[in-house]
Amino acid sequence: MYGFFAVYYREFLILKRRFPKMIASMSVSPLLYLIAFGYAMGKAVTIHGHTYMEFLVPGLVAMSSMTRAFAIGSEINISRFYWHIFEEFQAAPISNISYVIGETLAGVTRAFFSVGIILMLGLFFGIVLSYDNPLFWLAVFLNSFVFSSLAVGLAMVVKSHADQAMLTNFVITPMAFLGGTFFPVDRLPVWAQKILFFLPLTHASRAIRAAAFRTPVTYSSYVLLAIIGMLFFLGAIHCVNRARD
Amino acid sequence: MIKVNNLKKSYKDVQALNGVSFRVPAGELFAYLGPNGAGKTTTIRILTGLAKRSGGDAWINGFHIQHEALDAKRQCGVVPQTINLDNELTVFENLTIHGLLFGMPAAKRKQKMRELLDYVGLGDREKTPVARLSGGMKRRLTIARALVHSPRVLFLDEPTVGLDAGIRRRIWALIKRVQKKGTTIFLTTHYIEEAEFLAQRVAFLDEGGIIAVDSPRALMSRQGAWAIDRVVDDNVKTIYFKTKEAAREYTATQDESFSFRRVNLEDAFLALTGKKVK
Repeated sequence: MYGFFAVYYREFLILKRRFPKMIASMSVSPLLYLIAFGYAMGKAVTIHGHTYMEFLVPGLVAMSSMTRAFAIGSEINISRFYWHIFEEFQAAPISNISYVIGETLAGVTRAFFSVGIILMLGLFFGIVLSYDNPLFWLAVFLNSFVFSSLAVGLAMVVKSHADQAMLTNFVITPMAFLGGTFFPVDRLPVWAQKILFFLPLTHASRAIRAAAFRTPVTYSSYVLLAIIGMLFFLGAIHCVNRARD
Repeated sequence: MIKVNNLKKSYKDVQALNGVSFRVPAGELFAYLGPNGAGKTTTIRILTGLAKRSGGDAWINGFHIQHEALDAKRQCGVVPQTINLDNELTVFENLTIHGLLFGMPAAKRKQKMRELLDYVGLGDREKTPVARLSGGMKRRLTIARALVHSPRVLFLDEPTVGLDAGIRRRIWALIKRVQKKGTTIFLTTHYIEEAEFLAQRVAFLDEGGIIAVDSPRALMSRQGAWAIDRVVDDNVKTIYFKTKEAAREYTATQDESFSFRRVNLEDAFLALTGKKVK
């Protein structure tokens, strides 16, 4: 199992090297959302007794942890097709599960960094929620785990960088906007709610928001995220095995 | 030691390897020579776990490449044809990750890495990002990286492709030094002189099959010892001679221009396949 540490350590070194650039890059979108939707448009809006800014910050946490965790797929893709570093891992005596653990944890780490940035930005706008609630961080972890595992699996399936970008456009972007990030899903028609129920981000947003507001959490969302995450994780192991050739 | 028995590989409609068999005893430098597309890289990819075989079997130091894959991989160091170093990381970091992948303890890893960097002439480049190294330095670093865990079998896939003659010779010297320490080396190349200079035995590979395996000297002597190339009707015609004297006698009767040279592996390959290696 030592192999997972080598895979993770490589990603960590790269993250460390790019850290200043990454902070800037991870800050831009959330900052714009906070200014445009939270500060400018949402001033007069309250949702379930909270200001829109208070509602938005946990949503951005859910969205950002998803997109940053999923972005590990692009990193794998580049190292696989452009730098051929994936072959170094394939030729090493490490199991597929070690590789998937290493890359998935790297995705989760990036997601936690991005969450930290959003919380700091929220602080800048005067928003402080119950971040000391362990359920908040558990939900962030599960959400990151789901999308990091998904990204690792898909990175093994795609045949080019273009395919990877397409996946982001068709899977992640719609989920980012429809998964309860910017508006409460219960304000949509019932049929739409039923569809959105199947999106992991809907459950992540709900769980993160409830934990941040210290309102009763829906434990089924945690269980569902854990199950989906495990399924994606097992799928990723299978995909890594198939990626030889 | 490498043992390969009837190894096959097909990609959809293409048969890349048609039942290749050979043995490489411990400590030997075995060259796999053939034109592009002959199946050289495919063989290395299967033996090192980068590709799956379609049929046949292979063992590295007694470990089956599929049933005992992790043990087989522990025996191997791989220098791929395409340099796959992490450009964003430093020389030392690249080696560290390799050592971690092979589960080396920190103290042993660091000592071995420093030794190897001195060995390949990069001792003063530990903290240099790989992106700042020249092509020859990157190639030497790739070889050093493959040796960090002290593999008993080293696979070199076209290790000098794209390098100039001077750097190529430095890398040849490095490969010889590694072999002298008892490492079994499996080398693929399409450079005739590389196989002639380095290998104890050479396998000719063409269209996915081995057509001859022998020492370079034995393969070359099948044609003779000396060759005369003449241009006849816009084609180069080569005549072979057993002795230098016989060749000289022949040239005395010729009016047109010719070149007089020793027979090489290209001649042997040409005689067997009707085509050149390059």
